Amino acid sequence: MRYLPLTPADRSSMLETVGASSVDELFCDVPEAARLSGPIAGLPMHASEMAVERHLGKLAAKNLDAGSAPFFLGAGAYRHHVPASVDHLIQRGEFLTAYTPYQPEIAQGTLQVLFEFQTQVARMFGTDIANASMYDGSTACWEAILMAARVTRKGKAVLSGGLHPHYGEVVRTMAKFTKDEIVSLTPEMSAQTDDAAVIAAIDETTSSVVVQYPDIMGRIPDLEAIAQAAHAAKALLIVVVTEPVALGLLEAPGHLGADVVVGEGQSLGVGLQFGGPYLGLFGCREKFVRQMPGRLCGETVDAEGKRGFVLTLSTREQHIRREKATSNICTNSGLCALAFSIHMSLLGGEGLEQLAAINHDRTQALVERLTQIPGVSLLSDAYFNEVTLVLPRDAREVVRELADKGILGGVSLGRLFPEQADLHNGLLVTATETVTLEDIEEFAAGLAAVLEGEAA
Amino acid sequence: MSVYYSEDHEWIEVEGDLGTVGITDYAQGQLGDITFVDLPEEGATVAKGDSIAVVDSVKAASDVYTPVSGEIAETNDALADEPELVNSDPEVGGWLFRVKLADASELEELMDEAAYKKFVAGL
Amino acid sequence: MSGVNTAGWRPSMNEVAPGDMAPATQSGDRALMLEEALIFELGCEGQTGVDIEAPSKAVSPALSKFRRKAAPALPGLSEPEAVRHYTRLSRQNYGIDLGPFPLGSCTMKHNPRLNEKMARLPGFADVHPLQPQKTVEGALEVIEQLADWLMKLTGMASVAMSPKAGAHGELCGLLCIRAALDARGESREIVLVPESAHGTNPATAAFAGFKVQAIPATPEGRVDLEALKEKLGPDVAGVMITNPNTCGLFEPDLKEIADAVHEVGGYVYCDGANFNAIVGRVRPGDLGVDAMHINLHKTFSTPHGGGGPGAGPVVLSEALAPYAPLPFVTRGEDGEVHLVEEENRGEGHERAFGRMVAFHGQMGMFTRALAYILSHGADGLKQVSEDAVLNANYILRSLEDVLEAPFGKSGPCMHEALFSDAGLPEGISTLDIAKGLIDEGFHPMTVYFPLVVKGAMLIEPTETESKQGLDRFIASMRNLAQRAQEQDESLHTAPHFAPRRRLDETRAARKPVLVWKGDEAA
Repeated sequence: MRYLPLTPADRSSMLETVGASSVDELFCDVPEAARLSGPIAGLPMHASEMAVERHLGKLAAKNLDAGSAPFFLGAGAYRHHVPASVDHLIQRGEFLTAYTPYQPEIAQGTLQVLFEFQTQVARMFGTDIANASMYDGSTACWEAILMAARVTRKGKAVLSGGLHPHYGEVVRTMAKFTKDEIVSLTPEMSAQTDDAAVIAAIDETTSSVVVQYPDIMGRIPDLEAIAQAAHAAKALLIVVVTEPVALGLLEAPGHLGADVVVGEGQSLGVGLQFGGPYLGLFGCREKFVRQMPGRLCGETVDAEGKRGFVLTLSTREQHIRREKATSNICTNSGLCALAFSIHMSLLGGEGLEQLAAINHDRTQALVERLTQIPGVSLLSDAYFNEVTLVLPRDAREVVRELADKGILGGVSLGRLFPEQADLHNGLLVTATETVTLEDIEEFAAGLAAVLEGEAA
Repeated sequence: MSVYYSEDHEWIEVEGDLGTVGITDYAQGQLGDITFVDLPEEGATVAKGDSIAVVDSVKAASDVYTPVSGEIAETNDALADEPELVNSDPEVGGWLFRVKLADASELEELMDEAAYKKFVAGL
Repeated sequence: MSGVNTAGWRPSMNEVAPGDMAPATQSGDRALMLEEALIFELGCEGQTGVDIEAPSKAVSPALSKFRRKAAPALPGLSEPEAVRHYTRLSRQNYGIDLGPFPLGSCTMKHNPRLNEKMARLPGFADVHPLQPQKTVEGALEVIEQLADWLMKLTGMASVAMSPKAGAHGELCGLLCIRAALDARGESREIVLVPESAHGTNPATAAFAGFKVQAIPATPEGRVDLEALKEKLGPDVAGVMITNPNTCGLFEPDLKEIADAVHEVGGYVYCDGANFNAIVGRVRPGDLGVDAMHINLHKTFSTPHGGGGPGAGPVVLSEALAPYAPLPFVTRGEDGEVHLVEEENRGEGHERAFGRMVAFHGQMGMFTRALAYILSHGADGLKQVSEDAVLNANYILRSLEDVLEAPFGKSGPCMHEALFSDAGLPEGISTLDIAKGLIDEGFHPMTVYFPLVVKGAMLIEPTETESKQGLDRFIASMRNLAQRAQEQDESLHTAPHFAPRRRLDETRAARKPVLVWKGDEAA
């Protein structure tokens, strides 16, 4: 077996050293009845590299990948061009096959990257500090709500209807068990975000207010007004960013009064990967540092006075604080944070701005073209790279019919909000820099045909 | 004015109905370099034995239990910037909080200095 | 030792002659020992390493009130600068690719590159989680095939694939238990956790709203069965047992524990972090387990990546299977793979306890793990656990005469060999041995864990170390033990040859500096 270096001769000489006559003796603590004598029945035996490639290659070929079709999906996962050097660098064995940097003397590479990553995220979000990553945007969102409850010593979170419904589902699932109170506002097919409803839902018992920016329908809430209302009630404003590229164009939430900014970092460096692994981002005010979840990397010096980095404030974490830890998270998204950080280093602030500009530009072109189709209208004209189009019929069917034509034409609101019939004609479409004008034409022609087919 | 000690290595110095609480020199020695002290809120009502403060070192977070019941009158603000006072001056400048005693008879269950020394020697 | 480097090759280690002291260099670098500044100190704002097309139109006026006043103050690096920065940084890291990484309970085994190649196939890497199902059938098939293997390898009825890592999987398992109790109309509050457990166990139980009670260990390093039985009652929701446990020993009483827990209406959670010791050879389902997470980044070789990502699918017994969270992938009676989400949960998965993540879980890890499993097959996986256990026992027996092995007398270990500082002379600590190992060119073992053994050193070689590699490691460990006995002062200040000496963690924690502020006015 190509991954197992022991030879039969090694095994027998080692058994001799160990003083066992067979390897079975080493399993003597396992009850006899539970010890299997041979390989588990009904499963295939080992396979060559070639055979495995063939098997998985066939499965991969059954999927329609985003690069092979006009592609307009977003809703929390975005397709951006990732520079070739990113994937090359994250495959350096010293990054790829390293463990969590608990031995800082031989992990300065990972640690310095984390310190740079934390700084990049904080500057992008406009927060004082950021942590070394969470699993994904949805779990970062829940962790932020828990942190706000610890900080404010209250336990009610108000969720805007513009929050990604899967994030809302994660929060409501967790809250069922922790007994935190969650007030979820109902999303509406409206040009306006639900700022007023969010503000109206805040009271003295509110610990946090959760608002997505831009929201799930591509609209942009007025964070300053919500921050003011939240702070008046001694609640924290948590802003969720599922498309960080937007922050090349939109003001950083931290500059608009957000106390905690969390997000999905997948857009930069990570790729679609059918939903994971992704990268949870978590930034906040410095005064909450000892209540933060997850790992933190900090600067210090070594015994010779040289600058170096270590994981710090570990007493918040599960391996020390056990049941009193701020979170149970251990393994995070380290390698995705590295990919994000490399992509961000290549872009720089200016590059992020340019990337945002071309995303917005493409989306303007998409909107312009699609709204020429009879029956298709735009929900809100304040958008970044994602908009909701209102169609004359249930967008779920439209999406499936477009797929039949080889077009990946967005995400239907019906899939995201199955229980809300009033949203079912909504189609969420995104155009990033990877979309060409030809893609847009093909999409427009396909959509027109699908909708006409219905009229006919 | 007198000083009492608990088996959890807190000391309390009592003057009138006000007790000043900290951790003992022995305790700080066991914990190593203190990096952060989480203090209770002033005005909070606490019951003897409650865990109301946490003393952090690099690799451990240790609960501090109040040796008496009462109301938190004051906390040591200096520790926010200089947690190392708990190491360098544990029984004077490194005090943690002052508590207004609810029941002075609780002090009787604590040790005096001699008894505490004997207790530590037996550890 | 026999077998070490039979050719006798050794790097030349000549003493530096007195007049031949190394000079200080102007750059601070020392030949291949390269220092590297932060990106903020390297780059200049205004540069970028990505060529981006200029927009054809102005930004929509509707956006003007939301515009950022200034671009984030972040440096941009040209591609050559970026490649150098990260390559130089990478060289300050140790990785499995460089040598043994014997971290107990972390299973740092070789990461096959085929897995990386497979995960990067566009059909897996470049598909969106919300594409119409008929365009992602191959991806769903990967999830289902991996799920099927995991169920068969563990002898369990079902598996929740979406948890993102081990601790997330623990949470998933406990939430399934909570949901099952809710369905019975019971609100049991207590979860029993052995003292020797990973920190994530009590943290997770608390996170899931349970109260944690500790179970003591026996002097033989096992769960104290009698103590556990005494705590069982109508308030107990379940137990969390690690098997093999964190001392590297199999819990022979697990079945009896499970029966006792089931008898009082509780459930058994098994921490699967140490599954590598038994994969392909023992099925936890045969031992009465109700839920167990599987760290794909341990047993199934997906790379740790300097701290993540992982993946923590949770296998479930019949009793807990109905509560697995959404989304859920299943193979129907029609032989087709189906995806169950909120929209269609009525189709046989209406009791799902909710949702734990935005999308389907760690697809990139699923592909890698499936490639690993297919490569090994049932026979190869059995060989994996056998070699992992043999390697650990070989280390245990090759070092127990120079280091105290607290449970060495009670029989063989599983895939980890546990030592303690008990035999070290006064003044030499476990940490000193670990740091000395760095100078020897190895990653240290896990230290000071499990907490139930003072000064613990937990060594997990894994099956991907050759005998020659183990012999080199053993030779270095024996040398360190000898230096310890000789009270070699230089151990206190080790490592001497790493990119950094020991770091001041107290300073880092007292006044945390978590972001670079070098460009802010003083």
